[in-house]
Amino acid sequence: MEWSSLNLSLKLAFWTCVILLPLSVLVGRALAWNSFRGKAFVEALVAVPLVLPPTVLGYYLILSFGNASSIGRFYEAITGHSLVFTFDGLLLASIIFNLPFAIQPMQRAFEAVPMNVREAAWCSGMSHWVTFWKIELPLAWTGMLSALVLTFAHTLGEFGVVLMMGGNIPEETRTLSIAIYDRVQMFDYDSASVMSAVLLSLSVLAITFVYVLGYRRRRHNA
Amino acid sequence: MLRPLLLAMIMLLTTLWSSLNHAESTSANSMPVIAAASDLSYALVKVSNQFTNETGQRVRISFGSSGNLKRLIEQGAPFELFMSADEDYVFQLAKQGLTADQGQVYALGRLALFAPNNSTLAKHLSFAALPGLLTEGEVRKFAIANPRHAPYGRAAREALINLKLWQQIEPSLVFGENASQTTLFAASGSTQGAIIPHSLALTPSVSEKGAFHLIDENLHNPLRQRMVLLKDASETAQQFYVYLQTAAAREIMREYGFTVSGEM
Repeated sequence: MEWSSLNLSLKLAFWTCVILLPLSVLVGRALAWNSFRGKAFVEALVAVPLVLPPTVLGYYLILSFGNASSIGRFYEAITGHSLVFTFDGLLLASIIFNLPFAIQPMQRAFEAVPMNVREAAWCSGMSHWVTFWKIELPLAWTGMLSALVLTFAHTLGEFGVVLMMGGNIPEETRTLSIAIYDRVQMFDYDSASVMSAVLLSLSVLAITFVYVLGYRRRRHNA
Repeated sequence: MLRPLLLAMIMLLTTLWSSLNHAESTSANSMPVIAAASDLSYALVKVSNQFTNETGQRVRISFGSSGNLKRLIEQGAPFELFMSADEDYVFQLAKQGLTADQGQVYALGRLALFAPNNSTLAKHLSFAALPGLLTEGEVRKFAIANPRHAPYGRAAREALINLKLWQQIEPSLVFGENASQTTLFAASGSTQGAIIPHSLALTPSVSEKGAFHLIDENLHNPLRQRMVLLKDASETAQQFYVYLQTAAAREIMREYGFTVSGEM
């Protein structure tokens, strides 16, 4: 068992959730209640990491954030270290490949908030901001929570992009899923089986949690 | 109804976060990362453990195929020492000004023909038996490392070409990402044979799973394994580089079937 890898995976999942939460609330809410030209295209862009091979994503990320790219050089000039092969780069990649997992459930959650409830709130003199805090968020909360749990679990499970962007560096970019790959290649089945069991149980727990939330929301709405 | 859930979530995340910070503060970030060819998987772990025992310093190791590791270094990966299974990659990096100097040859690698216990090849372990076993379908899959970026794969291909076996065996080949994965393919019984590094064939967890025999070194270009410190390598990395050239480290390398300098 490589504790440093488990820590790294948890840290990555935690920060991905922290950054994606406000972003996906904004985007999910906007997509839920607005229709505009090109909305389908925006939704497609959000969903595309679901179907894209991780190698394609990894390739573009290396191209756009690598040390030869302007973004990569700019980042290195400011922080003193590169984006690829570091935790920062991994976090950025993780945010991108988790967009559908965070935004889609948020969008569904906000879509389920009835328009007339919001109108009633406005008629009662609540500002848009107060309506958001007191009405929309409490109603959409279960959806938001399942978005977060899915994002968290999906980050723990990501492999391809992390391998391409991260370069398997111990305690920097060797997440749990990479450590398992590494151990299997070294015929260290003992460590691999412990780490795999950890990931399996975390994933089953997370998905069960999401389903329980789903039942709860449906009961609530009924 | 939802408040307790929210509260529980926040508490969970806070505990998680504090435990993470704790773990981070105890892990020294000053430990240099070594990029090492995967034929060193076991030997180098042993050397680095001994290094830690003697000096109290630690290094982190990332194994892969030499070609992939070289690519990572070109892309800016924060490695401080590169232990290649082949010297060309080191010279190419040196030409680009990414290394401290031209480095040192630390070992000569040898190839082994390996067959898992369940394979008929294990009973008649020789290249002479291969054509017949391939025709009879006893050897359906044969593993070598990817010759494009793994030196052991390239040497394996050279040996098979020199043995005039390449054309017949090519349709049955599967390619490992690196020498270590190639060994896994055969040791797990997924392929009926493989050409792997002698160093991995000698590793107990591999040798108990099959039989191997050393391949004549005249069948391929020598695998001159060269290591080099990269630009701005830390003091610990430099110490480890020196340690690798001591008698103690060489003894371990010899145990794993490498020919070490002095004998080359």
